[in-house]
Amino acid sequence: MKNFQVAIIGGGVIGSAIARELSMFKLDVAVFEMGSDVASGASKANSGVVHSGINSPTSSLKARFCVEGNKMFQSLANELDFPLQWVGKYIIAKNEEEVRDLEHLKKVGMNNNVPGLEIKNRSEVKKKEPNVSCFKALWIPTAGITLPYQFTIALAENAAENNVVFFLETKITDLKKQKNLFLIKTNKGDFQAGVVVNAAGLNCREVVSMMEEPDFQVYPCRGEYLVLDKNYSSLINSMIYPVPVKGSGVLGVHITPTIEGNILLGPSAEFIGDPYDKRTTNETMNTLFLEARGIIPSLPDKAVINAYSGIRCKLASPESGGWADYRIEESKNMPGFINLLGIESPGLTAAPAIAKEIIKMISHLIELNKKNSFKSRRHRRKRFSEMSAEEQSNLIKKDEKWGRIVCRCEHVTEAEVIEALSNPLEARVLSSVKYRCRAGMGRCQGGFCTQHIVRIMEEHFNMDVADMRLKSPNSNLFYGKTRGNQSD
Amino acid sequence: MVKPEVIKVIDYTVDVAVIGGGPAGLAAAVSAHEHGAKSVVVIDRNSWLGGILPQCIHDGFGVEETGTSMTGPEYAEMYIEMAEKQGIDIMKETMVLQFDKKREITAVNKKGLHKIKASAIVLAMGCREKTRWNVMISGDRPSGIYTAGVAQAFINLYNIMPGKNVIILGSGDVGLIMARRLKFEGANVLGVVEILPYASGLPRNVVQCLEDYDIPLFLNHTVTCIDGKERLEQVTIAQVDGEMNIISGTEKKIECDTLLLSLGLIPENELANNIGIEIDNITGGPTVNQYLETTLSGVFACGNCLQVYDTVDVLSADAENAGRSAAKNSAIQKKDKKIIAKIVPGKGIRYVVPQIISEPGKVHLTLRVEKPGESSVLHMVAGDKEILKKRLAWVNPANMIGVDVDIPHEVLTSTQNLEVILVDR
Ligand SMILES: Cc1cc2nc3c(=O)[nH]c(=O)nc-3n(C[C@H](O)[C@H](O)[C@H](O)COP(=O)(O)OP(=O)(O)OC[C@H]3O[C@@H](n4cnc5c(N)ncnc54)[C@H](O)[C@@H]3O)c2cc1C
Ligand SMILES: Cc1cc2nc3c(=O)[nH]c(=O)nc-3n(C[C@H](O)[C@H](O)[C@H](O)COP(=O)(O)OP(=O)(O)OC[C@H]3O[C@@H](n4cnc5c(N)ncnc54)[C@H](O)[C@@H]3O)c2cc1C
Repeated sequence: MKNFQVAIIGGGVIGSAIARELSMFKLDVAVFEMGSDVASGASKANSGVVHSGINSPTSSLKARFCVEGNKMFQSLANELDFPLQWVGKYIIAKNEEEVRDLEHLKKVGMNNNVPGLEIKNRSEVKKKEPNVSCFKALWIPTAGITLPYQFTIALAENAAENNVVFFLETKITDLKKQKNLFLIKTNKGDFQAGVVVNAAGLNCREVVSMMEEPDFQVYPCRGEYLVLDKNYSSLINSMIYPVPVKGSGVLGVHITPTIEGNILLGPSAEFIGDPYDKRTTNETMNTLFLEARGIIPSLPDKAVINAYSGIRCKLASPESGGWADYRIEESKNMPGFINLLGIESPGLTAAPAIAKEIIKMISHLIELNKKNSFKSRRHRRKRFSEMSAEEQSNLIKKDEKWGRIVCRCEHVTEAEVIEALSNPLEARVLSSVKYRCRAGMGRCQGGFCTQHIVRIMEEHFNMDVADMRLKSPNSNLFYGKTRGNQSD
Repeated sequence: MVKPEVIKVIDYTVDVAVIGGGPAGLAAAVSAHEHGAKSVVVIDRNSWLGGILPQCIHDGFGVEETGTSMTGPEYAEMYIEMAEKQGIDIMKETMVLQFDKKREITAVNKKGLHKIKASAIVLAMGCREKTRWNVMISGDRPSGIYTAGVAQAFINLYNIMPGKNVIILGSGDVGLIMARRLKFEGANVLGVVEILPYASGLPRNVVQCLEDYDIPLFLNHTVTCIDGKERLEQVTIAQVDGEMNIISGTEKKIECDTLLLSLGLIPENELANNIGIEIDNITGGPTVNQYLETTLSGVFACGNCLQVYDTVDVLSADAENAGRSAAKNSAIQKKDKKIIAKIVPGKGIRYVVPQIISEPGKVHLTLRVEKPGESSVLHMVAGDKEILKKRLAWVNPANMIGVDVDIPHEVLTSTQNLEVILVDR
């Protein structure tokens, strides 16, 4: 039976950040992820905002890790080469009454050591954001945007390059403590580990209950988004947020620019029974649009190219207001069993700081020694579409696959698709390609590139069409060959 | 260390460059050559010529043009042969990335980056299919949702089976033809769902593709929800009222693993849009004059990227006009033309192409009406002067109307707007 010193359950941003941090040390580490790739849960379906830390009460874990995490982002982005832009954020007040909310937020922010907060009047906002209608706004210069799935992938791939083992499509089905070791049962066989880190997101309670009686509940709360066509990217320059809805524990429908130029509208907030019910609904899609139009009156009708939702892992019920702090703790009854519970927003921002905290906790359990071979840098190659004519020509000369455009909307080349499919995690579903090189993310939503990616999977990776999947183990794309060609 | 070699982009100069090697691009190229353009190049990103046609293996192409019914590949072959015979340059597997106001095209293929300076450019990029999000169908995001054209390509070009138990949304010809095609391949086609009170494809296709195979057609229905966390598991269909609002209580769940979307086409005009060529909001294609010249001098448009055509025959005929104009333009290099008059779609008319008249004379108009109707009269008026009056036995938005009109010189000196209207008889 394979034995690891640390086993991490969940390859979301939290599990991946911890894995990357642990990969600096001489340790055998494994990450178990039931999805077909990392970032299969909340970590791919959120606003992608690097929050400043003004929204959580002073001295909460949320405020602490958010502010610390925010400060770590730039150097992480330099090391791991994932996209990050400090576009700043306006929280807008529609009237005098909401200005009081802005003042309150500003005060909390200052207490949390968030720098540069300023309340701007309408004309100052108009100068920067001509399409936004507001009375006054709070300007937060330290809020940024990233691509959450690329951030998670960067963390995980760097960890894998530093010898952390990733088991994809591997679900933890049971956990037991046997003397000093944990016995881990999965659909792909049994494993052992000295320390188990539960970073299972929405499933955190299920994982706890494999070991002991949980003393908490999880209240899944869905947030739906609309994605706008890149043609409308000039509508805003920074993030535009309303004042948070009181007593809701969420930030309200906001308008967020993305690094790629698509604007996001959302998220909604709806408590749901089934934690994996990620559907979008007509009512909410309409509401999102109307609310966004309240902020940007000129928002065009035909701008939506996609919709998705992400589920918040809340530890507080809607009746109690929906706000609870993170719980990051080692089990009292089961030493070595470390749990991360209720890691909802700003979890993406907090991830780097939370990971450091977990290392501290693990260092009390295992002796940690830095390894010299640690490669802290991960180089992301420039995309074809970002290169100069000369760079493009040079690459094509070296390898003609750089001259074959596979995705018409985003101008992604065959070489980039092959590179994406050759990732160190060995994630080989259509969405792994999409999240790594953007093929299929444009306005035709895969109409052109899918057939090319399928061909590349067949030619370069010897995959059978019957085994090709969209995003998860049972999301097959096809039913084999047509009748006349079944013997092929 | 070896000094990296500086790679030059590959340069050409041509009279006419055609972007897109579908039937429109080929017809335009052939026509440009016939009308005197010496060097003509057709650029296409596919490894084949003919655009969408090679995957349309059913027949019904070319009936109006040649009198015989061909399959898509046969029809395409007819133009490919003509182009080859004339020695037109073909660049396959070559993607045009952009072109600028001086008509310099940047294209890429496995040999490298190419700069092609053209005296005239013909846009013939075809169109793309509407997706689920163009009509905002809510629900899960499982695998098993394909646009009809993509599914057609998988079956006919790659021999790959996209599904087994299939619902088709949209009863345009592509949807109908795919219903039959899937049935041939042994799939279970559970029905075609259409929001309108009538099928939007040709009546003969309704009979030959659905009725002959007992495939149900749900008129006044739409898909309201998609379920399936991984692969598609079921869709909900519901009836709509006269305003296309969903009638609650009529929802029905149908188990299926595949949903094909045949929701219509969107002209592909990123290239034109990116350099500020004016796009008509209704057609989705560039605004053009009677020579099919766009608002950027020397750039012409034809085929499905100009407007979505019903049949390829009419499309090819119009594309010849674009090719001819491009050849003449490249020969004379005349100065910017003045816009003389605009054609305005009036009562009962959805759109008219061309949108601009820049010279008097004979003009071919293509247009669509707003709603179906019995016998009516089409008028074109300039101020109080009538320049066209044509009786039509019936009209339908699904059927493009083509008319010739002679626009006299004196009309253009006295007015800026030519209005086209439809009047009930
Ligand atoms: C709508 C929304 C908007 C948000 N916006 C922001 C934002 O703008 N900025 C910000 O900082 N934060 C934001 N967040 C919060 C952030 O997305 C989350 O805090 C973060 O992604 C949580 O990461 P995670 O790794 O804990 O969870 P997840 O990403 O859900 O990862 C958990 C992983 O564990 C796996 N798993 C579960 N059970 C098992 C098992 N038994 N065996 C194996 N694997 C298992 C799952 O498949 C999953 O991949 C938002 C969240 C939501 C929902
Ligand atoms: C499923 C289906 C069934 C049909 N059935 C019939 C029928 O029975 N009868 C009938 O008359 N008509 C039918 N049609 C319609 C007919 O096929 C179309 O009208 C015709 O193909 C459109 O021609 P086109 O040249 O404008 O576009 P396309 O055929 O789409 O060709 C456009 C070409 O441009 C290329 N291109 C686009 N952008 C670029 C770029 N940037 N760089 C390089 N190349 C580019 C594309 O690759 C493509 O090859 C059918 C269409 C479909 C989709």
